[in-house]
Amino acid sequence: MPELLQTEAPLRIVIVGHVDHGKSTFVGRLLNDTHSLPEGKVEAIAASCKRRGVDFEWAFLMDALQSERDQNITIDTSQIWFRTPRRPYVIIDAPGHKEFLKNMVTGAASADAALLLIAANEGVQEQSRRHGTLLSLLGIRQVAVLVNKMDLVGFDQKVFDSIEKEYRAFLERLKVRPLAFIPMSARQGSNVAAPSPELAWHRGGTVVEALDGFQAPAAPTELALRFPVQDVYRFDHRRILAGRVESGSLKVGDTLVFHPGGKSSRVASIERWAAPPAQEARAGESVGITLAEQIFVERGHVAAHAGDPMISSHQVHARLFWLGKKPLEPGRRYKLKLATQEAEVELKEIRGVLDSSTLETLPGRPAKVERNEVAELVFSSRRTLVMDNYDLHEATGRFVLVDGGQACGGGIVFGEAYLDEEKAGSTPTEIYFSESAVTEAERRALKGHKGCVVWFTGLSGSGKSTIAKALERELIQRGVHATLLDGDNLRFGLNRDLGFSAQDRRENIRRTAEVARLFADSGAVVLTALISPFREDRAAARQVAMDGGREFLEVFVDTPLETCEKRDPKQLYAKARRGEITEFTGISSPYEPPERPDLALRAESQTLQDCVTAVMDLVLARIRTKG
Amino acid sequence: MDNLDKLENQSIFILREAFAKFENLAMLWSIGKDSSVLLWLARKAFLGHVPFPVVHIDTSYKIPEMIEFRDRMAREWNLNLVVGQNRGALEKGETFPLGRKTRVECCTLLKKDALQATLEAKGYTGVFVGIRRDEEGTRAKERYFSPRDKNFEWDFKDQPPEFWDQFTTDFEKGTHIRIHPLLHWTELNIWEYIHREKIPVVDLYFSREGRRYRSLGCAPCTGSIESAASSVPEIIEELRATRVSERSTRAQDAESEGAFEQLRAQGYM
Ligand SMILES: Nc1nc2c(ncn2[C@@H]2O[C@H](COP(=O)(O)OP(=O)(O)O)[C@@H](O)[C@H]2O)c(=O)[nH]1
Ligand SMILES: [Mg+2]
Repeated sequence: MPELLQTEAPLRIVIVGHVDHGKSTFVGRLLNDTHSLPEGKVEAIAASCKRRGVDFEWAFLMDALQSERDQNITIDTSQIWFRTPRRPYVIIDAPGHKEFLKNMVTGAASADAALLLIAANEGVQEQSRRHGTLLSLLGIRQVAVLVNKMDLVGFDQKVFDSIEKEYRAFLERLKVRPLAFIPMSARQGSNVAAPSPELAWHRGGTVVEALDGFQAPAAPTELALRFPVQDVYRFDHRRILAGRVESGSLKVGDTLVFHPGGKSSRVASIERWAAPPAQEARAGESVGITLAEQIFVERGHVAAHAGDPMISSHQVHARLFWLGKKPLEPGRRYKLKLATQEAEVELKEIRGVLDSSTLETLPGRPAKVERNEVAELVFSSRRTLVMDNYDLHEATGRFVLVDGGQACGGGIVFGEAYLDEEKAGSTPTEIYFSESAVTEAERRALKGHKGCVVWFTGLSGSGKSTIAKALERELIQRGVHATLLDGDNLRFGLNRDLGFSAQDRRENIRRTAEVARLFADSGAVVLTALISPFREDRAAARQVAMDGGREFLEVFVDTPLETCEKRDPKQLYAKARRGEITEFTGISSPYEPPERPDLALRAESQTLQDCVTAVMDLVLARIRTKG
Repeated sequence: MDNLDKLENQSIFILREAFAKFENLAMLWSIGKDSSVLLWLARKAFLGHVPFPVVHIDTSYKIPEMIEFRDRMAREWNLNLVVGQNRGALEKGETFPLGRKTRVECCTLLKKDALQATLEAKGYTGVFVGIRRDEEGTRAKERYFSPRDKNFEWDFKDQPPEFWDQFTTDFEKGTHIRIHPLLHWTELNIWEYIHREKIPVVDLYFSREGRRYRSLGCAPCTGSIESAASSVPEIIEELRATRVSERSTRAQDAESEGAFEQLRAQGYM
């Protein structure tokens, strides 16, 4: 038995272009003419066509769904394998209809190269251009353009030349250089696998030759290391960080810096199962690593080498294509997924919107981004995100936006915008985080729930402490380890050196947030009752909790000022009115109500029990789910 | 990095993404070559462990060697094996060919319904399934992470986009997500990998008296092919030369055009 050579990796080719320009037909023809179809396939297609009373359609090979065949249209992307004498390929057929652009993106995003079809009789159409734009945004740089249906224009060279001229100019604007322009007929098989006499005037070769001329992509092993952490496993005494090396390589003994935060540690070992031991892991490899110094690392962190920093920011500057049924709007929250990070973001600014087909900038200042548009945008995130300029690192330079559980947009990061931010606000890297020997899971098992921070905010006298106290009791009765940090009480000890200036209020909140987080780390459900009047301070408190991987629930006790002043349990409003207390919230200092609290309580019109139940429902749901 | 390494690394990445995002996961194990490779890849991803239950939907019509193989592997690999079965239909004899049921109805009852009942009873929200795009037309259109609705159905006409290795991991209560880590493998890749990794497979794949099984299912609906291939390398040689498709011996696929699509839309693997 001769040594078994394994099959080479296939080159992945996506077929794109306007609807009905012959993409699916071309794929059928290509497979047939390279003798790649299984036995009986052509007969099965013929039978299916006959049943529908239509002429033989090569498109039925890829359009396998009944509704696709009935309507003679490709709905979803499909893949098929074939080979030329040179190498194997995966052909990805993509729908050309505007309605199914999301499926076209799904198919095209994984391709190494693209064939873009334009029907000679119709010329360059809306989706011919839009698909070109998307290919460039998806980072597909190898493109060949096929001018199909040449049989319908009498194989006329002039028609071909004018399409080539027009479309080349369009691609030029996208900085895409097509590797070939080829006239052909999918129906007749001219210039697909074999040259045809009618197209003898063209010297650019056949489609199969163009395919064989594409380059196989090389893994980015020469770039700087990026190792996003997917998970942390503790199947035995070891703590293994699982992930895929997206670029560069890492070796046992290397010092890795984990972003965000910048903590570092050395690689102690590279872990794989049923594989020869390795001292190095390179781009594309899914491995596990253990560290020599134990630092806190979790899913979402990205490891790099010290000399190759990443952008670390609360803002994301990006160019994005939007596929969502609902428009992308400022003010709404979206989930952003970048490498293994996930963050809630808000659209801060629309810098410009392009029609993805004409590349025209829309006039004025668009208020939202509609489906199929391309835009330049700024997002803001509550938690720090780490990323790279897309031009330098693909995997950590692009992200997906999720709305209503579905991916709705894809963005690439503009690195230049961050040059100023990079230097500011980083924690010194010499401070090591000493990790507990007790795991999160053990704590959770002990208590039957996980810790979190429930942050009450509202005016003095709004009912924060009353609700929080009642809630604490109810939670304890349900076996939940709850504890209350009351602002007034903290001012007797931890915060006794602080007054009520904006600066002192900020420090008051910072300390409380840190303490709350420590309690939450130990597994407690921490309730805090502080006026915490400023949005920015509350956002900072949230960040402290989230940096520690703790859930933070902001509960707004929304009682109108008049009511609070009427109640005035501690006679503070009266004193503030008389000027005996300065900087009193609501009177002489502002209260900024939360814009989007996790829960708002109308303590005036709801009973205490209703308020407590509402918070409890929220808390119980959160502390019992996976985090 | 060679082709098998690439395929393997991508599958491990997917397995790990699912494990990070789903609390209640399970893996379907049909005992065939694909799900044996899938199990092997799980052990690669989780460093020797299979940290979730392995579900076998037992139609009771499986070829006996398959069940023997299943129980042996479950012991050797220390698997948490869960067996699901539609007892009601079996007791009433609602099967093919003995009962009055067609092949497709039988598949629906004994496989799809049994699967649905098992997933519901156990509350699994993420389910690994070892299907591949090169098997047949509707599978060629699948996503790696493929949502199923409350009725267990696959809305293949309106699938969510999936790109840049970011997957659909949000799901509503009462629904689940199928995860397909082998989607990008071909039949030939599977055998090449079995050869390289020395993964055990059930003997039925090897030629006995000039015939072997190329695809394994229930005895009444799965035929064997004429073949002299009695070792993994011989199977690889055979596949490199053949132009007959893999599922040509699976009768339920061929019932009528569109029947299999319907079966899959309703929640079949
Ligand atoms: N005359 C002619 N018709 C073609 C050719 N290629 C495709 N067609 C027809 O154009 C129609 C649309 O083809 P299809 O492959 O479904 O287009 P798709 O939407 O781009 O996939 C079908 O009726 C094909 O038969 C060609 O080269 N010449
Ligand atoms: Mg089509």
